[in-house]
Amino acid sequence: MAIYLTKESKVLVQGMTGAEGMKHTRRMLAAGTDVVGGVNPRKAGRTVDFDHRTVPVFGSVREGIEHTGADVTVVFVPPAFAEAAVVEAADAGIGLAVVITEGIPVHDSVALTAHARAKGTRVIGPNCPGLITPGQSNAGIIPPDITKPGRIGLVSKSGTLTYQLMYELRDVGFSTCVGIGGDPVVGTSHIDCLAAFEDDPDTELIVLIGEIGGDAEERAAAHIRAHVTKPVVAYIAGFTAPEGRTMGHAGAIVSGSSGTARAKKEALESAGVRVGSTPTETARHVLEALDALDARAGAAQDGAARDGARA
Amino acid sequence: MDLYEHQARELFKEHGIVVPRAEVTDSPERAREIARALGGRAVVKAQVKTGGRGKAGGVRLAADPAEAEEAARHILGMDIKGHPVGTVMLAEPCDIEREFYVSYVLDRASGGFLAIASAEGGMEIEEVAARRPEAVARIPVDPATGVHTATAVRIADAAGLPPQTVDTLVRLWKVLVREDALLVEVNPLVRTAEGRIVALDGKVTLDDNARFRQSRWGETRQEADDSLEARAGAKGLNYVKLDGEVGVIGNGAGLVMSTLDVVAGCGARPANFLDIGGGASARVMADGLSVVLSDPDVRSVLVNVFGGITACDAVADGIVRALDEVRLTKPLVVRLDGNNAARGRALLDARAHPLVEQATTMDGAARRAARLATAASTAGQAG
Repeated sequence: MAIYLTKESKVLVQGMTGAEGMKHTRRMLAAGTDVVGGVNPRKAGRTVDFDHRTVPVFGSVREGIEHTGADVTVVFVPPAFAEAAVVEAADAGIGLAVVITEGIPVHDSVALTAHARAKGTRVIGPNCPGLITPGQSNAGIIPPDITKPGRIGLVSKSGTLTYQLMYELRDVGFSTCVGIGGDPVVGTSHIDCLAAFEDDPDTELIVLIGEIGGDAEERAAAHIRAHVTKPVVAYIAGFTAPEGRTMGHAGAIVSGSSGTARAKKEALESAGVRVGSTPTETARHVLEALDALDARAGAAQDGAARDGARA
Repeated sequence: MDLYEHQARELFKEHGIVVPRAEVTDSPERAREIARALGGRAVVKAQVKTGGRGKAGGVRLAADPAEAEEAARHILGMDIKGHPVGTVMLAEPCDIEREFYVSYVLDRASGGFLAIASAEGGMEIEEVAARRPEAVARIPVDPATGVHTATAVRIADAAGLPPQTVDTLVRLWKVLVREDALLVEVNPLVRTAEGRIVALDGKVTLDDNARFRQSRWGETRQEADDSLEARAGAKGLNYVKLDGEVGVIGNGAGLVMSTLDVVAGCGARPANFLDIGGGASARVMADGLSVVLSDPDVRSVLVNVFGGITACDAVADGIVRALDEVRLTKPLVVRLDGNNAARGRALLDARAHPLVEQATTMDGAARRAARLATAASTAGQAG
């Protein structure tokens, strides 16, 4: 199954004909993504040849959906046009908009996420690496060849930490990895992904990667305590970040007493989440938790066998 | 980007919010003249981008121009929470009858903006909120409609502000939207004895991402307070100076933050945050390395790259280029994984610089760089 993105997902790329759009469309196709079209009003009617596939360019998202049945769009358009691109996609009824664009003004992010929510479109990002369901589909810029399909679901604010954990746990593999982005306002939260992974039969364990700034991880901890039955392992970046300095991501800033890595770690631990102190230790926690799951499943099976013998 | 009080004051004025007459200077003599022009009495306020100026002695009421000069001399050059005072603003005092608090802030949880208002202004709002949460109104603003008179009336009612403040609430929202601000705050907003509503102090944070459509921000450029940060900024690098001894370079904000933590976990202190970003070229890597190496506090450098879009061979090529441009006198530990890692490692092996070594894991690389830095500092103390 996986969450949000599967082999059946039909993907449009807004901004496909730009340099980044071309490069990553090629990669997405190579990863097995069913890219059914690009969108560019000035190049409507043309086609673009990739290695083994010719992809048509549509004048609008609506036209793309009408011709192909697309249900996902990946947005590579520049920051100044990103809000309009997402509004257009939501108005056309797309189910999922993955916004890779970095540097979108916050007022635009507020407007585009609110509009998409009103139209029933899920936004992932902005300023995110996208999401990948290994072996099935890749919507965004996550490298597809560092892991394989498996039983872990991953949700992360950081692109490179996503890659690091995918690589560390490559022997186990992932159901879906979602990079939600490090901006202060994003369309999909840790909680949204936790809930989706909880409902996904292919996901047995969830990895949550957070960082300093805001209180999303604290809210996720409360959600885990109340609603998540699968084991969760977490990693938080930014223990050494000083107050008042932005660490790369627009949202990664400690202000006053809030947003510290320590507070996030404590909140998660008090919800029963194991928190690693480095990415490698986090991966080790995951392996141990999976062993414990397997041992319990094995014991349950043995028990069932015994009960069967008795009957 | 945070604005100084006097810059926030200018924005307020342009949007029709009443502010006291005021002027900024960096000279005590000029402060005397400004006070004279304001009618003799003046409030002399340090211009720093941090709160708690009053408590630190950065705000003084001067009874006459001579006192204003004396106050300015005292305040200029002060250090307030690590912020040196370069300028003071002299403002016309006003007869305060009541003080309020109003702000619009970004609320990440809802993905929108919140109006926060209280009839108990003039002090730190966090304290009021902690002591008497019911005294602080928090009202979400619908991004589709913004703040018009009806919303402003609701905010004023909820916070117990007088009806005269409604106009200011509407205008303050316009400042937020038109200037692409993440935060606008007035504390205190006052009602004077004559019944006027005046913004006595202001704080504005602008959204750096909106620079492309806010052309006049060129004039209010943020000055970096550290020369290394200025140099890095000029090269377009995402660099923050810290006070340790292990230089850190990596790709992606999350991975670099994580690398700092891992270095700290190994008993050393990171000297900086430097994110070369996604898809970094050899040039960017070379620039980054030269900035980090020119920090005299740095005793070893850790390069931690997980190539996603970034190609590790480009990173390695950047390191090799930097070795040709700057004479390396500090040990460099490099960990490359992901996209084109094997080619990158081979490039560094071929260069075979005696001070460059490679590590195969992030934790191992951090441990090694930390050990090299502490060894260097012990050796330094012994010598």
